[in-house]
Amino acid sequence: MSEKIELEVKELDFHYSGNVHALKKINLRAYKNSVTALIGPSGCGKTTLLRCFNRMHDLYPGNRYQGEVIFQGDNILSGGTDLINLRSRIGMVFQKPTPFPMSIFDNIAYGLKLKGVRKRAELSEKVEKALVHAVLWDEVKDKLGANAYELSGGQQQRLVIARALAVDPEVLLFDEPTSALDPISTAKIEELAAVLKKEVTIVIVTHNMQQAARISDWTGFLMLGELIEFDRTDKIFTAPSEKLTEDYVTGRFG
Amino acid sequence: MPRTAKKNPVDNIFSLVTAAASFSVIILIIGILYVLVSESSLAIGRFGIWKFLSSTDWDPVKESFGALTNVYGTAFTTLLSLVIAIPVAIGIAIFVTEISPNFLKGPIGAAIELLAAIPSIIYGMWGLFTLSPIMSNHIEPFLKKIFGSVPLVGILFQGTPMGIDILTASVILSIMIIPFTASISRDSFNLTPSVVKESAYAIGATKWEVVKNVVIPYSKLGVFGGIVLSLGRALGETMAVAFVLGNNHRITTSLFDAAATITVTLANEFAEADTDIYLSSLFYLALVLFVMSFITLAIAKFFLLRAEKKYSR
Repeated sequence: MSEKIELEVKELDFHYSGNVHALKKINLRAYKNSVTALIGPSGCGKTTLLRCFNRMHDLYPGNRYQGEVIFQGDNILSGGTDLINLRSRIGMVFQKPTPFPMSIFDNIAYGLKLKGVRKRAELSEKVEKALVHAVLWDEVKDKLGANAYELSGGQQQRLVIARALAVDPEVLLFDEPTSALDPISTAKIEELAAVLKKEVTIVIVTHNMQQAARISDWTGFLMLGELIEFDRTDKIFTAPSEKLTEDYVTGRFG
Repeated sequence: MPRTAKKNPVDNIFSLVTAAASFSVIILIIGILYVLVSESSLAIGRFGIWKFLSSTDWDPVKESFGALTNVYGTAFTTLLSLVIAIPVAIGIAIFVTEISPNFLKGPIGAAIELLAAIPSIIYGMWGLFTLSPIMSNHIEPFLKKIFGSVPLVGILFQGTPMGIDILTASVILSIMIIPFTASISRDSFNLTPSVVKESAYAIGATKWEVVKNVVIPYSKLGVFGGIVLSLGRALGETMAVAFVLGNNHRITTSLFDAAATITVTLANEFAEADTDIYLSSLFYLALVLFVMSFITLAIAKFFLLRAEKKYSR
């Protein structure tokens, strides 16, 4: 395969505090400018895996990683990783929209300000660019000063995506981004993912198999903390190698 | 066979007893208000409302009474104690919710609650015998040396540091209200959804930035309600303040001057109120405090309710 690897997971083991073995010897790759979907039944570890990529587990004491996650040549699980820098390069969008308690403009500008951008003109330019990018600009351009909570759920989720895009990340992690949204908003987010992958690498956790089939290029199927199968999405959904994968994608369990 | 909706007699008695208990509270409040108004009617008739509130007189000999020195003393000590208490209390709340390791959260929380359980008379005694000498010998001369000659701020630090003054009283008050502000702030901070905090971390915010930009803005209504609630408590505090404030019916600007609060005046002067108008004026003063506390509590409730509504969305 000629594609460039953006994230490479090698023999990753993860324990939650209290010795819960949540991920077992995971090996997986996310290729540059592609969408990789992680699917599997509830509790299979797909969100846990996603949260390893920006070291979100470090916020809570007692969690342990073993193995490697290579991002552009560096093992991000190593002790010396600058988490602040890592998280501005690997953005994340959560299940529920999570606007901050501030205006629409300030929400987008927040990450930029954290990075030290202070000039008003530069902020305005980048905020507009991010909102255009997230296909939200036309809906909010006249009310950038309004509180972000006034937007609808779907708009809030695109706002959060714009906020993540504003800091020019190389990877975007989506954790079931449409599970709290209506079908129309969901479709917009899915279209957005297809466009965004030209610039960023996307890893998406989803419960919705049609969604995985529609938007992803690669799919990993997890169960009980193990990666059962990882392959091109069309292969996973049409001719999987594993019986378990076939049973899951055809809806026999899950 | 359809069941009739006939009530069980024990249920009926139970309802009646609980209702009586609840209504007795309302009756009690009305009763207290009635006594305050009727006992102070003589003073209300003599001094009116505006004149009583704006007069700085407190002269039992000339039988001329005004509330302003007391209201001023109450407001001054209360606000100063808030200025001291709020940063400490919010610091405690931030530490307990966001920074401290789990095993420390319990002990710190218990210590804060214990602070609230100490009777105020003990704070007063401690204030008089321990804090007051420390203030007059060390802290106040130090403050005077630094700020005494600074323009504008300097007027707060004039006179001889005696230790029985507005500053000492405010420090004691602040220690007494820290538990309230800290525990309400802590509860408000805890209501910030962790996923919103995580999103801030996820775009590269540090702990301090998350607290400053997400946690505090998210919970500011609750924190504000807690502050106003503490203010209500500081307004009504008597014993701790009575020991260390002196009883001085003058409007002073220096923190090193003795002053009088409404509560301290009431505690000190009922025994010596030998004329009807003196006694009536004291009741009038109590009525003023009642109204001040009522308004404060109403404001606190308003903000706490709004905060609750916001979080339940």
